[in-house]
Amino acid sequence: MSDVPIEQPLDYPLPAPAALEPPAEWARLRQQCPVARVKLPSGDEAALVTRYEDVRSVLADPRFTRELNAPGAARIIDTESGGLFNSPVANTLAAEGHARWRRMVGKWFTARRMAALRPGIEATADRLVDGMLEHGQPADLVTHLAFPLPVWVICDMLGAPESDRDRFAHWSDVTLSLTEYSGTEIDAAQHEFTACLTDLVDTKREQPGDDLLSELLAVTDAEGRPMSDAGLVATAQALLVAGHETTASMIAKMVAMLLADRRHWERLAADRTLVRTAVEEILRFDPNGGFGLPRFLHEDAEISSGLLPSGTTVVCSMAAANRDDSAFESAGELDLGRSPNPHLAFGAGAHSCLGQPLARTELQVVLDVLLRRLPTLDLAVGADELRRVEGLVVGRLHELPVRW
Amino acid sequence: MRITVDEVKCCGAGQCVMVAPDVFDQRDEDGVVVLLDAEPPAVLRPAVHEAASVCPAAAIALDRRG
Repeated sequence: MSDVPIEQPLDYPLPAPAALEPPAEWARLRQQCPVARVKLPSGDEAALVTRYEDVRSVLADPRFTRELNAPGAARIIDTESGGLFNSPVANTLAAEGHARWRRMVGKWFTARRMAALRPGIEATADRLVDGMLEHGQPADLVTHLAFPLPVWVICDMLGAPESDRDRFAHWSDVTLSLTEYSGTEIDAAQHEFTACLTDLVDTKREQPGDDLLSELLAVTDAEGRPMSDAGLVATAQALLVAGHETTASMIAKMVAMLLADRRHWERLAADRTLVRTAVEEILRFDPNGGFGLPRFLHEDAEISSGLLPSGTTVVCSMAAANRDDSAFESAGELDLGRSPNPHLAFGAGAHSCLGQPLARTELQVVLDVLLRRLPTLDLAVGADELRRVEGLVVGRLHELPVRW
Repeated sequence: MRITVDEVKCCGAGQCVMVAPDVFDQRDEDGVVVLLDAEPPAVLRPAVHEAASVCPAAAIALDRRG
């Protein structure tokens, strides 16, 4: 790796100058140090890749495994398991067999299924906007809309009671923690979360409903085997965490990005047919894309930026790759009509985000509803006053004060 | 233009169905891609190119000969 300079590893996640600004290091790393030594919150070291071609090829290459529990793999955080990517949920799902699990759950995320969900999501978004209007301005869009909408959607899909949503939110926060919570708190939350969803699976077994869990209880894979009980609980946990935290964060960041330079918002308000490409561009442009995805190598592997030796933990920064000028024309510009837009916000390859059709649908619906209901929407504070939540795997804003 | 799809690689993201619904569909039981038209008319080519470009699993191949 001749192009890796001998220098101290960078602390990772990288700091950013403002909530809506990317880390200053991204451009330098892509140009000068495409495989960079970084120090993770655990203190362990990893190799950070930031170029589009490298990130895409690493994510699609099965030699870069998801075995973050392998001897020698870097731990993300300083707990026994080392964090989310080596959590009991991740390992239980891996034991189900990824391709098999994906096929069993995949029917809930087809384009047809998304089209069927759309009216319910739209009605819920409308109801939440009503609530925000009733509250009066300024209002925090995170509390009133960005957070409750995805929770409602994923609880509805799973058949989980919405009354549990505050508990789900807490468990989800803890699960996604890098530095906010201690190992003891993480283990306790994981234990309660598992117990609650085990109860839910038992309830569905006795009283099946029209929901994902009830159906997973009833079906088998191509070989006639059902999903294990542990697999069902882990599926529910994974979908709850992934299904609300990431989308909730992205809704707020989307609105913030569009309002930070209001010409973007006005262009969309004048032409709502741009919503689909606008959502893709917002996903690409996200300056606060979170931790990225880690992989572990059991053998030497060559990528276009150099040789990665066996035993390396690689962290892929999809958000940095999405700003790579060699992959996107004027990558630093937000172009709401950009097409095609092969961004990596949902990863790439066999493990790319299962819930991406749902996330897209929610983002499109919420944006369309806001443009229709509140075309005069604006930030109630300066964009430079927005603050990131630090210490989570996902990139999130503390709050988004708006007026209309 | 002739299209081929790789069902094993397909991860069911459904982007192809959203972009080019006359050319691609998904199996209801698992979301895997179904190719409706392997040689679509010229008018659909931009959408097919977009679908192939944004497929996260790179499961859509286009043969430009003929």
